[in-house]
Amino acid sequence: MNVPKIIVEVMPKADLLDPQGKAVANSIHRKGHPEVAAVRIGKRIELHYDNAPTDADLENAKQIAADFLSNGVIEDVVAVTVEA
Amino acid sequence: MKIGVVTFPGTLDDRDAARAVRIAGATPVALWHADTNLHDVDAVVLPGGFSYGDYLRCGAIAAQAPVMQTIIEKANQGLPVLGICNGFQVLVESHLLPGGLIRNENQHFICRDQKLKVENTSTAWTNQFTQDEIITIPLKNGEGGYIADAETLKRLEGEGLITFRYEEVNPNGSMNNIAGLRNERGNVVGLMPHPEHAVEAGFGPDTPAAMRSGVDGLKFFTSVIHSLVNA
Repeated sequence: MNVPKIIVEVMPKADLLDPQGKAVANSIHRKGHPEVAAVRIGKRIELHYDNAPTDADLENAKQIAADFLSNGVIEDVVAVTVEA
Repeated sequence: MKIGVVTFPGTLDDRDAARAVRIAGATPVALWHADTNLHDVDAVVLPGGFSYGDYLRCGAIAAQAPVMQTIIEKANQGLPVLGICNGFQVLVESHLLPGGLIRNENQHFICRDQKLKVENTSTAWTNQFTQDEIITIPLKNGEGGYIADAETLKRLEGEGLITFRYEEVNPNGSMNNIAGLRNERGNVVGLMPHPEHAVEAGFGPDTPAAMRSGVDGLKFFTSVIHSLVNA
């Protein structure tokens, strides 16, 4: 089912240690893939709408992403995109 | 003297925090996350646990709870607030203290008796300690790695806002060995280790004198009573 949505993507800041990504990278190496140099793990958050999101909805979503869905100290919002 | 202890869904250490308040000589008052009324308490403890299952980020959803809106407002007016572990995470998510807390460097949940150095005694919650006193209280967390950008760290160091540093061992990769912070005014203090678990002989950390006899956590609570009596 194709629900109208806005996708918010959040990543740990590039210059900060991502212990989760590091642990997953170690496991990938153990599985025999030394070609994977590093792993970083973030979040994909879907905001669902009854109707196709408007420009105002997108602006609000960007605000929610910055204020609440991410913590600017440790994370960056890397993308807020409409998927209608 | 009444000290509020907040319970969010998923809070674990509210009863121990209330017990610590009682042992220190004040009256604990249970505060509920959905209640904006602080019931005339003189200070507030945000206890440890896993509020809202650590959903989104540790402390992020608790920071939006109705009770927190009142606590943020009153804290900015000088109400003493102590955040322990998850409570510290709630304080940073509420922007009452700067920085953030991420998963421990080695990915493990850590539970140990932790030595801390008291770096600042000019707060509502640390005035009964002596400068550079070494204390031991339990530490138990999975996401206790303190981080902040270089500018914030410089400010924390420069303004003496670092209140506790890990001593001997940095268990979780915290920047500058930071275990706890204060705000500029000194009424808000947050730390990852648990003072409320070291308030009664027989139930605290081991000391050279006797098993489980450590009560170094008690001074957090006697400090706030002292600061309120002398306010």
